[in-house]
Amino acid sequence: MQLKRLFIDKINGFWMITSLVTILCLPLIIGIGLYLKAEPLFGQQSFMSLVFSSQWAPSKGEFGFWPFIAGSLYVTLLSFLFTAPVCLLAAIYLTQFSSKQLIRIMHPVIDVLAGLPSVIYGVWGILIIVPFVSDFVAPFFGTTSSGYSILAGGIVLAVMCIPYILNMLIEVFNTVPSGLKEASLSMGATKWESVKHVVIRGNYPGIISAYGLGIAKAFGETIAVMMVVGNVVKVTANPLHAGYPLPALIANNYGEMLSIPMYDAALMFAAFLLLVIILAFNLIFRYLIHKTKRQ
Amino acid sequence: MRRIKILEEKFFILLSGFMAYSLIAVLAFIILVIFVKGFNALSFDMILKIPKGGYYYGGEGGVLNAIAGSVYIAFGATLIAIAIGMPAALYINVQLVRYKRTQNTIRYFLDALWGIPSIVYGAFGFALMLFFGMNASLLAGIITVALLISPIMVRTFDEVLSTIPKGLHEASLALGSTRTETAFRVMFKQGFSGFITAILLSFGRGIGDAASVLFTAGYTDNIPVNLDEPAATLPLAIFFQLGSPIPEVRERAFASAVILTAIILAISLGARYLSKRYSRTNLK
Repeated sequence: MQLKRLFIDKINGFWMITSLVTILCLPLIIGIGLYLKAEPLFGQQSFMSLVFSSQWAPSKGEFGFWPFIAGSLYVTLLSFLFTAPVCLLAAIYLTQFSSKQLIRIMHPVIDVLAGLPSVIYGVWGILIIVPFVSDFVAPFFGTTSSGYSILAGGIVLAVMCIPYILNMLIEVFNTVPSGLKEASLSMGATKWESVKHVVIRGNYPGIISAYGLGIAKAFGETIAVMMVVGNVVKVTANPLHAGYPLPALIANNYGEMLSIPMYDAALMFAAFLLLVIILAFNLIFRYLIHKTKRQ
Repeated sequence: MRRIKILEEKFFILLSGFMAYSLIAVLAFIILVIFVKGFNALSFDMILKIPKGGYYYGGEGGVLNAIAGSVYIAFGATLIAIAIGMPAALYINVQLVRYKRTQNTIRYFLDALWGIPSIVYGAFGFALMLFFGMNASLLAGIITVALLISPIMVRTFDEVLSTIPKGLHEASLALGSTRTETAFRVMFKQGFSGFITAILLSFGRGIGDAASVLFTAGYTDNIPVNLDEPAATLPLAIFFQLGSPIPEVRERAFASAVILTAIILAISLGARYLSKRYSRTNLK
């Protein structure tokens, strides 16, 4: 009896630690797998020319990823500009000023926003944002646009990132000890002043990491952006033009990638690039958050 | 001076309050748009029939193939994720309970893992598929989605397990139970609400994710019977139908979007309700 229990314990311990180690090794395995698949490409072109050249002609064997990287950066930057102030103010209101009742309503709202699949955001973008850009924004600036543009991608991404960033900001702001705020209030500061000087200034690392993680999330978002961004290979500074972010490139071309030589290696390189950039962002900013939480 | 300060405060409270309430409005707006737009084309045929010939040119049929495919993939992936996610979460909270630093480091890596976008998992799943010489199939889709949702499963379950008081754990060990018995008879029961939430969250994520199954699950008009057959998925069905130039087919894409949104809403609210219900009987 005793022996059987100990035996079960041993087996189970083994099962537990194997699964944990498997999950923790996942990024390494994915990274190695993608790198091996992308390796043939490095024999042909240097890393720098892969990343910074804008010559994209897969059939001729020219793979310059700059249009896609630039497209990704542009969409991400726009979405960040839209989403950052909204999230900061909403998080401040929810943690400092709001009633208990609103918080009770907000929790499921944030959950549902975070849980909606990106295809749904894409459909919403096509129905609302794309016509909005082509019918209102473009005429307002005196130009025309099909609506399928970097701006539309940025707006849709901004909405998608809200629950993600907001959640982390709320978590960060909740760690502020109430004594600090009370001290500030008792010195005669208004409530907003204490928020400004204690909550915001005291939490710079936390706020920056929440933003950083939001950027990383926006950078890797695929389907929703791909549906509204237009997908034209071109480097452009005009947000009303179409762009072509990196994840969309991978998703759009999986069908033909085995028919053109080196094309599959190029797409795997794109995935590898995404993985490395986003993992680096996550590791750095998660570290900052974990550090502030422990204090 | 004082008046300016108070004015500033009033302004910012109003502004931030507006932002907070506008989030509720945004969610309502999105759901309203999806439902209003898709309601016209929604019918029982959509839910109960697979596409007939000429469906993508406006012919008869529905998207049952995609609904079934999505449910199969999400279900299979959730099972695999339970098999490796549940023991991993228990391990963190039972065996490693004395090593705070190790626990925190593991949580840190899991959080970072959560951030990897699904398109990367999709590309990796594709590479894996080629490596093993498989075709796009139900099995490949299930494995890829399982990899994607395992970190979510572990972290969500772990979040609840970590709040269980240490005394309960010690009491169980003091009565002479092994760590396995402590893990499954005490910790698992006490954290059951978290387990339910983790399952439903992962399932919802698995059903809604498009980028990871794009390469790996393929697409078909039939309901898959075997693991090596390709499977259609609901997000991809929406995506492909939206690409059609025929208005009727686009209408159906919107109707499919209603189905997907309804499933996700049900899962999301169900998770909330069940987690409340199962945490009622917990020992405090």
